[in-house]
Formats: sequence, C-alpha cells, structure tokens
Amino acid sequence: MNWLLDLTPDEWNAVRLSIKVATVAMLFSLPPGILIALLLARAKFWGKTLLNGLVHLPLILPPVVTGYLLLLSFGKRGPAGVFLAEHFGIVFSFRWTGAALACGVMGFPLMVRAIRLSIEAVDRKIEAAAGTLGANPLWVFSTITLPLILPGLIAGAILSFAKAMGEFGATITFVSNIPNETQTLPSAIYTFTQVPGGDEGALRLTLISIVISMAALVASEVLARRVGRRMDIE
Amino acid sequence: MSVLVDIGHRLGDFAIDIRFESAGRLTALFGPSGSGKTTLINMIAGLIRPDKGRIAVDGRVLVDADAGIFVPKHRRRIGMVFQDARLFPHMSVASNLRYGRWFTPAAERYADMDAVVDLLGIAPLLDRRPAKLSGGERQRVAIGRALLASPRLLLMDEPLASLDDARKAEILPYIERLRDETKIPIVYVSHSVAEVARLASDVVMLAQGKVVASGSIEAVMQRLDLLPAEERGEGGAVLDTKVLRHDEAFGMTVLGSAAGEIRVPRLAVAAGAPVRIRIRARDVMIATEEPTGLSALNILPGTIVAIRPGGGPTVELGIDCNGATVLARITEQSRQALKLRLGGKVFAVVKTVSFDRANTGAGLPLEVDG
Repeated sequence: MNWLLDLTPDEWNAVRLSIKVATVAMLFSLPPGILIALLLARAKFWGKTLLNGLVHLPLILPPVVTGYLLLLSFGKRGPAGVFLAEHFGIVFSFRWTGAALACGVMGFPLMVRAIRLSIEAVDRKIEAAAGTLGANPLWVFSTITLPLILPGLIAGAILSFAKAMGEFGATITFVSNIPNETQTLPSAIYTFTQVPGGDEGALRLTLISIVISMAALVASEVLARRVGRRMDIE
Repeated sequence: MSVLVDIGHRLGDFAIDIRFESAGRLTALFGPSGSGKTTLINMIAGLIRPDKGRIAVDGRVLVDADAGIFVPKHRRRIGMVFQDARLFPHMSVASNLRYGRWFTPAAERYADMDAVVDLLGIAPLLDRRPAKLSGGERQRVAIGRALLASPRLLLMDEPLASLDDARKAEILPYIERLRDETKIPIVYVSHSVAEVARLASDVVMLAQGKVVASGSIEAVMQRLDLLPAEERGEGGAVLDTKVLRHDEAFGMTVLGSAAGEIRVPRLAVAAGAPVRIRIRARDVMIATEEPTGLSALNILPGTIVAIRPGGGPTVELGIDCNGATVLARITEQSRQALKLRLGGKVFAVVKTVSFDRANTGAGLPLEVDG
C-alpha cells in the first residue's frame, strides 16, 4: 500500500489539481445546466433544436476539435478570451481555469441530459397546485421543482465531475500540459507513459484515478438513495 | 359573497359558453363528463385562460378578456382541491398543510392550523409522507392544505370521484362540516346526483358546454329530464327536514318536513338537527285514496302539479305536498289506469327502507345503512 501513497510532489499536485478542476467545472456548470435543461424541457422557442444540437456538440465532436475551438474563442487572442480578460480579468489560456472550462464544456451535455430527464419527469399538476396555494413561479421552482429534481441534479453533477476527472483531449489541446498549472491526472499519466521508466508512476496515478471515480460514484448512489427515501414518490 | 362567471372558450371542436351567478354556500357545477365543468373550474382557479368573458369573485374581477385583465393563479387566493389530491410528495403532511400559509398576507390569514386539523380529523397523520396515506386521508389533507391558505373561495374538482364508496362516506361529512361551519363559499364539481343532492345549496347544471339550468338545489332537482341518462334513476326531490324524535323501539328516526312526518332508518344525529333527504322519484308510489293494509310507513297527501314524460314507458309527476314538491316516476299505463291529471288529489307513498346512506345527508356519519 505504501508505494501507492508515496507520491512525488508533482504527482500530488496532479491529483489535487484534478479534483480542483473537476469540482470547479461541476459547480460552474450547474446553474447554466439547470437553466438550459429547463429551456429544453419546458420552453417552446424558435431555435430549440439548434440549442439542443449545440449543447450536445462536445459529445459528438472529437475532443481535440472542441479543445481547438476553445483555443480559438477563449485563447489569448480569441474574441471571448480578450473580452473576459479586459473586463473581468479572467484568463483561461494555459491556466487551470482553462482546464476547468474545457472539462466543464465536455461534461455539459451529460449534465444537461440528466437534469432535463428529471425535469420532464416532474408532474406539472403538482406545480399548478402550488400555484393555487399562492406560490409565484419562482417559489414554485425553488420549493417544488428543485427538490423534486434533486436526484437528477445529483446524477448530472456526478456525471460532470467524473467526465472532468477523465477529460484529456480538449484540455491538453486548449491549455497544454503544464505541471502544477494544467497537468491533470490524465495528462500526468500520459506524460509518464511517454518517458522510460514511467510505468510505476502511471500505474499509481491510474489506481488513484480509479479510487476517486469510484468514490464519486458511491457518494452519488448514497445521496440519491437518501433523497429518494426522503421523498417516497408513489 | 358571490361568484360571477360569463365566459366563452373554444377547445378544438368543443365550445364553452357559460353564464351564471351564484351566492350560495355550496354551488355545485353538475353535469356529465365532457360538459365542460372541469374546464370551467380551472378557469376560475386561473389554470386556464378563457378566450373571452369575465370572472369575478365577490366583486373582485379576476378575468376580463376585453379589459385585458387576467389575475395569475397565485394572486387569486382561491383554494383548489383536485380529484387527484396532488400533495407534495417531498414534504410531510404538516409541511403540505403549512405551504399556503407562507404566501398569505398576515392580515388575511383567518385559517387556524389546529382548527382545520381538528375539523378534518387529520391530527394523527401530520408526521407522515403523502405516499403513506390512503386515498381518503390524502383527500382530507388536500382539503386542509387548501383551507390553510385562507382562500376567499374554495373550489373542489370531483374530490370524491376517484374514491370507493366507503372512502366517499368517510369524506362527505367533513365536506358538510366545511359547508356549515366555515364561512368560505364552495364551488363543487360533480357528476353524481347523490353528492350534489346531499351537499349543494345551489346548482348550475351543465351540458355540452352550456348552462341548462341553475338555481337552488330544490328547484333544479325538480328537473329530472335534465339529468344525464345514467344518473336519471338517482334523481328525486330534495327536502330539508328536521329531526323530530327517534323511535328507539323500531330503530327509526322521525323527520319533520313541510310535506309531513317522514320515517327513515335511525340517524346518528340529535333531535332538532337539520337533515337533508333525497326521495328518489323511482322509490315513490302513487295512490288515489289513502291506502290501508300497506307496509310503507310514509304516506304524504298532495296535489299533482306537473306531468312530464320520463323517458321510455314512464312519466314523472310533481306532487305538491303542502308546499314541498315530491317527484314520482310511474308508468304511463299506471297514470292512465288511475286517471291522474293536473290538480288531482293523490297520496305519495315512500318506503322507509328506500332511505339509505346515499340519500340521507346528516351532519355526521350514519350508523348503518337502511
């Protein structure tokens, strides 16, 4: 067991960075994820098919293409990148924030899908009942809809987190593979496999990444079950 | 307190055109399925927006299509009890009950938690989840939830339709208490003559999206010809009576009505209590002279004031018994044999055992069926 935890500082950094990137990617995806899932599940508007296609694009495109598109738009000279850097001081290129953006985008379709399905499963008649009791649409959403879709939210968040933990292609294309800044677990494993004698390090990090992913999965199961029991939906 | 509805609406091929005004304690919207009554109640609640017309409750305009007024449902302060309860599955019964309270301005909160819980007998359920309740319990909680939002008007959309007879009998007395002990006017949708006759003070009868009759329960129930075919056998005169005394020896209760004394199976109510009964037209026999040697106990003298075709081989007679009108359905053959015509003096004969739980409304559950 000891050799497993006997990590070099660079390896520890990769683990910490991966968890940070995945957590930030998941948390920042949630609000837009809920909003877009709501739009797709409930709203009728022109261009809905287009929005649906756009959201699912990262799932279909090769990750390298997504990464390159991010580089073009959010890179140092990309229009979005320039705008955000000038007005909000947010820089993505070759920073961990860029890795989080890439991971968030790649996990977004999975998250939206899970949340959308749970929204579609909500009985709108129950929301109407809340309306007749005096709750305005915002209150109905926060006291009825949101609690009822909680299992879907958890599932979507965990999927996004897991996807971020394993994201490689888009991240390395967009923000490269810089130790301590953008070198997440998959990038670090990839680096180990490219140097002679790196097998042991690659295996260590592989096992760690399996443990983290399993832990996330178990946590989501436990959470979902607890929420489910609390609700007892007929 | 009054409800005014004057609306027109199209749903595909189905056109609704309804106008009525009611100031009753419990106004029943009555009609067969597909007559538009659920659509109408959803419009009053604000769940459906009518194409044209007006809806006003107690002078407060909720909908006026011409003026572009449409008060959203959460600002109407109209309580709604749905056929399918629609309790919030993620909340306990207590949280369900308290939900509407949050949204009621403090000055307008008249409903008291303890009083409502007591009225509906739901104290033992407070900690439970909706999934763990029976159908009847769920419906009582739904009524309580609507009441605790302190509504100005309570709408009930076939609240008993999805329950079996035993559950219906469990809930009916609570709705009667609601009608008699609270000040909230109720609009009640139903397709059952038994429910309407027992609960309603006023009736708006609908068919195919139109009002075919409206007025007091006594008046509307005289029009058996307007009842939906499958409910016609349940139709009959509705009389408001008072308990005179109980006949313990024979297990009967004697009711006083304008038409005279009426003996029914023992009711579990005190002497002096008001009791509404429905005398089904098909349960009434007609005699031209006072019968003797007859087992039936209720013999009411009166005058024939109406003769209408009753469908098939039957005719329906309206008999004025000292101000109260009793309806009888007999065959055309009997009518001719007895030479019955308007103004004729007759005796309406009703067996005591024809009064059962379904047509004897009392403030509290009855002991046993007749």
